[in-house]
Amino acid sequence: MRPFEYVRAADAASATAAMSAMPQAKYLAGGSNLLDLMKEDIERPMRLVDITRLPLREIQRTRSGLSIGALATNTETANHPLIRENYPLLTQAIVAGASGQLRNMATNGGNLLQRTRCNYFYDTSMPCNKREAGSGCGAREGLNRISAIMGWSEACVATYPGDMATALYALDAKVRVRAPDGRERLIAITDFHRLPGDTPQRDNNLEHGDLIVAIELPVPAGDFARNSHYLKVRDRASYAFAMVSVAAALDMDGSRIRQARVVLGSVAHKPWRSAEAEALLVGQRADEATFKRAGEAALRDARPLAHNAYKVELGRRSVARALMRAARLA
Amino acid sequence: MPHEIQSDLPAELSADESALLAQMPELNGVGKSRRSFMMQTGGGGIGLFAANLLATESALAQLPPVPGAASAPVVAQNVVKVSFLVNGAAQTLDIDSRVVLLDALREGLALTGSKKGCDQGQCGACTVLVDGQRVLSCLTLAATLQGREVTTIEGLATGDQLHPMQAAFIKHDGFQCGYCTSGQICSAVGMLGEARRGQVSHVTENVGKTTTRLTDDEIKERMSGNICRCGAYPGIVSAIQEVHSGRQAAQTWGFATETQLATAIKEDGHATV
Repeated sequence: MRPFEYVRAADAASATAAMSAMPQAKYLAGGSNLLDLMKEDIERPMRLVDITRLPLREIQRTRSGLSIGALATNTETANHPLIRENYPLLTQAIVAGASGQLRNMATNGGNLLQRTRCNYFYDTSMPCNKREAGSGCGAREGLNRISAIMGWSEACVATYPGDMATALYALDAKVRVRAPDGRERLIAITDFHRLPGDTPQRDNNLEHGDLIVAIELPVPAGDFARNSHYLKVRDRASYAFAMVSVAAALDMDGSRIRQARVVLGSVAHKPWRSAEAEALLVGQRADEATFKRAGEAALRDARPLAHNAYKVELGRRSVARALMRAARLA
Repeated sequence: MPHEIQSDLPAELSADESALLAQMPELNGVGKSRRSFMMQTGGGGIGLFAANLLATESALAQLPPVPGAASAPVVAQNVVKVSFLVNGAAQTLDIDSRVVLLDALREGLALTGSKKGCDQGQCGACTVLVDGQRVLSCLTLAATLQGREVTTIEGLATGDQLHPMQAAFIKHDGFQCGYCTSGQICSAVGMLGEARRGQVSHVTENVGKTTTRLTDDEIKERMSGNICRCGAYPGIVSAIQEVHSGRQAAQTWGFATETQLATAIKEDGHATV
């Protein structure tokens, strides 16, 4: 690991100041992804600003819904009574990820910022435009079984691997960010991560020094809590990243669907919310045939690579299966 | 019990060691702890090995850092002072900011029970408890632990009285080579605390409902961050289940008696049975 200066921040203002003063500085929260990447010589910060002492751990009701502190751990968040009761989809997504130890360490803010698991990003002997802009994409013509099938560019076919964010897309979450000048702004979760385009080195729309302070969940726009499901398909039953995951939520009126949320994880550079599948489901009877059509619609624009065509069929079936579980028909 | 780190040199240095140490006054901090530790634990035979190691460390410390080198020079940089509790004892370390808790425990405090398996958060062998929560010490920067309380495998027993989880692992044969065992046990202790607090898992059918009773499937899922290459999983699950449920299962193995051993040797015609 390369040497770096360690700074323990006492408050948000000093944390953002310590970041702004150095372009190669990074915030340190749970460290579960960052430390690994530093050991692999992929992340090379010259200064770490330890924000773990900042008072950003609260999970509390607000006028507009629920505010989840950026530094609350994944474990605290998944097990909070208000979240288990009102947003069980989020609980399911979080506990589908990583291991008990990692969820105890990982913070919500850091989880949003976790980086791709693309093998070419991790292998410093290989080209990777995300790791080193302009070096090329090893996965595009290489081993791309785990790569994207939606929204990729010639510069990058990496996926965003997270489970929590995939559920947050279905819950219309917003990310509260504090800029170095002290001003706060809200970013809709769907606008938080980026598609790779020509700048895959940028995972998200944060500027240097921006500090995530909270994730805000609105009061649900319908009764989704009773009919939601997070489905994760992976190479082994536990402690692995998804090949495909689906966050599904239904607002039901008897057997009719009033509103639907369908989001796919690990298929693109960001969680992939399917407006097509959601529109198709509105007003329909909840049954297997309808859910299969939703799966078809969600994957209609898929562009598989040499080794990941299986993700298209797996994605269709996973959408249908997650909706069946959400509707309590499976 | 953890070894005390002696700050003074032990009396019984060999002539070679005395000469070497006289030539290397720059050895201090980690090097000194390691040296004291080796003198203390090794006895006479380790003297040459220790001296070789010291020479290597010293040589590395003299080398200019290679530009772009992935491995770090031994000289501490960006030193951070951190005070925290380890197994109930106050410790203060002056450490390079890059030092992770696992290395601080093993190299700085001679607590080698926590193991380095993958060193990147995939195997669980380095699991320890920080403020009662199980975490991976290989991905925890020691500098972040100011004021925190760390419990390692060495801190679970009370004197000669094993922690119930340690005793259960022996009774249920929850290991073979033993390399993952300290991580497994620390993880299991932390995990049962999580279960007592009503936490849910990926295999919990209804996450809205609180239950504190764990099925074997729940234990397997919750322990999935601890890999055992020997495949001692059935024993690990039954050990944890016994501690969790309080239901005593029969021990399925025992030490052979002298008579049984003699009979077996006679039948087998070989001294190793």
